[in-house]
Amino acid sequence: MSTPDGGTRPAPTDSGPRPSTPTTPTPKKDDPAMAQRIDVKDLNIYYGDFLAVEGVTMTIEPRSVTAFIGPSGCGKSTFLRTLNRMHEVIPGASVHGSVEMEGVDLYGADIDPVAVRRQIGMVFQRPNPFPTMSIEENVLAGVRLLNKKISKSDAADLVEASLASANLWNEVKDRLQKPGAGLSGGQQQRLCIARAIAVKPQVLLMDEPCSALDPISTLAIEDLITELKKDYTIVIVTHNMQQAARVSDRTGFFNIAGTGSPGKLIEMDDTGTMFSTPKEKATEDYISGRFG
Amino acid sequence: MTVLVSTAFGIALVPLVWLLWTVVGRGIGRLDPYFLLHSMRGVFGGMDAGGIYHAIIGTVWVTVGAAVISVPVGILAAIYLVEYGAGGRLARAVTFFVDVMTGIPSIVAGLFAYALFSLFLGPGAHFGAIGAVALSVLMIPVVVRSTEEMLKLVPNELREAAYALGVPKWLTVIKVVLRTAIAGITTGVMLAVSRVVGETAPLLLTVGVIDSINFNPFEGRMMTLPVYVYRQFTAGLVPCNNPNVTCIPTINYDRAWAAALTLILIVMILNLVARLVSRLFAPKIRS
Ligand SMILES: Nc1ncnc2c1ncn2[C@@H]1O[C@H](COP(=O)(O)OP(=O)(O)OP(=O)(O)O)[C@@H](O)[C@H]1O
Ligand SMILES: [Mg+2]
Repeated sequence: MSTPDGGTRPAPTDSGPRPSTPTTPTPKKDDPAMAQRIDVKDLNIYYGDFLAVEGVTMTIEPRSVTAFIGPSGCGKSTFLRTLNRMHEVIPGASVHGSVEMEGVDLYGADIDPVAVRRQIGMVFQRPNPFPTMSIEENVLAGVRLLNKKISKSDAADLVEASLASANLWNEVKDRLQKPGAGLSGGQQQRLCIARAIAVKPQVLLMDEPCSALDPISTLAIEDLITELKKDYTIVIVTHNMQQAARVSDRTGFFNIAGTGSPGKLIEMDDTGTMFSTPKEKATEDYISGRFG
Repeated sequence: MTVLVSTAFGIALVPLVWLLWTVVGRGIGRLDPYFLLHSMRGVFGGMDAGGIYHAIIGTVWVTVGAAVISVPVGILAAIYLVEYGAGGRLARAVTFFVDVMTGIPSIVAGLFAYALFSLFLGPGAHFGAIGAVALSVLMIPVVVRSTEEMLKLVPNELREAAYALGVPKWLTVIKVVLRTAIAGITTGVMLAVSRVVGETAPLLLTVGVIDSINFNPFEGRMMTLPVYVYRQFTAGLVPCNNPNVTCIPTINYDRAWAAALTLILIVMILNLVARLVSRLFAPKIRS
């Protein structure tokens, strides 16, 4: 498979500049079905007739963290949401091009978008736990909302494993029945991550997951991301260069020529290369803070 | 400024307190278990007897019937408007008709229900279900409107959170959107019920008047509380000529006030229930 974004063929698992933090092993890590490669080809993304993102072609490697950076309004969120077909829930929104996960076109005629979202989970910018549910029910939401049968002990195991993976178990294990909305913002965000991984997705998309959080909670979530990449393919949008440099293996830079014109993927490469010797002038300017 | 607001508040309160004072003052005297548990069968003149049992039965049947029709129709329509049809042509048409329905005079709703049933059963049909249909014409727009407002209050982020977990739209609507809005929807439904429980004119047309108990909403006339009040009040003073029989000249007025008081109590109880239910279902933030 080629990497048409112009970058060198990455070896993401060992090319990262920093060592991964040694932490307790996460559950379900030996499941071979987890973590998949995503290939995007010539993707044009529309809101009605407005072309928001144009001509994106990229490869997202499994078991690695891919970061998207770029100025506000360049279409990072829009692009991210096309990866799990969340884009089309917006009235009038449409997508042209192909997104393939392990060779299967996610936009194929016989593909159910609901099934895609079950495999590609998402964490949003603002923590959004279900306000009517307890902490435990929030974690189980993916199971319960689908009316799936689950035994009491399986449910308890799933809750513990998911919360432990999200580094939240120790903080909430004594108050699982308390409302999820009663947690702090950082805890709520980790609860949302636990909720997303409880449905055992293969890919996890995160749209500025730390932008509403304090530095400590941010650090907790960055550690978590580093740990989760052993099992998941992770894609993260961030405005924080240091964060992109810290957590990601590959970085994609999106830019926009001006208001009204579509956002484009300017350059994508290993994070180390992107931050030291980017090929494009625009990338260098953005990373060194000269605009955006 | 504070003085102005307080004065305005006080003035707004005057008619309410006055109304309650009058109704309680005049109605409490006759309001006792006997009054609640007896009908008007065989009661005449100034007899110290008679009650509203038959009217309570009728009001309960007709109102429950109206709610059974209006609540599903109203909630489903609101779900369509907010979750499915938003901005579409059909949704705009529905919104328009709901607005028009809101303005329908209640007597017209009564005539409509009467005419509707006449089509099938011939003229002259009077029974509880016709009244329920008439009241539901008045109730549906209120339920649609209040439910719509409540559904719009549910943050879009919760819908997206559910979609992102791979939950299909219809399950998201039922288990996230409705569940989150249920407290507000219940309050809206209860207010709609309170609104129609006091309707008189359409019931006079459709359900009619009777002095004895009828449990069957599909056959025979029924008495209802507002109509009872109306009937008693129009009966007026009783001329007491025979000194050998106990005769209360104002008995009809007394019964009217007591029935009015009962009606107010029923509305208050409904409101209390609505509050309890909404507290039970309200999203929990802190425990
Ligand atoms: N629901 C929508 N309807 C119409 N246009 C939209 C919608 N959401 C986003 N857009 C437009 O699409 C473009 C890309 O927006 P997007 O939210 O993807 O940017 P972003 O890169 O995520 O920005 P930020 O960094 O501020 O989050 C913008 O021009 C925006 O105005
Ligand atoms: Mg964004």
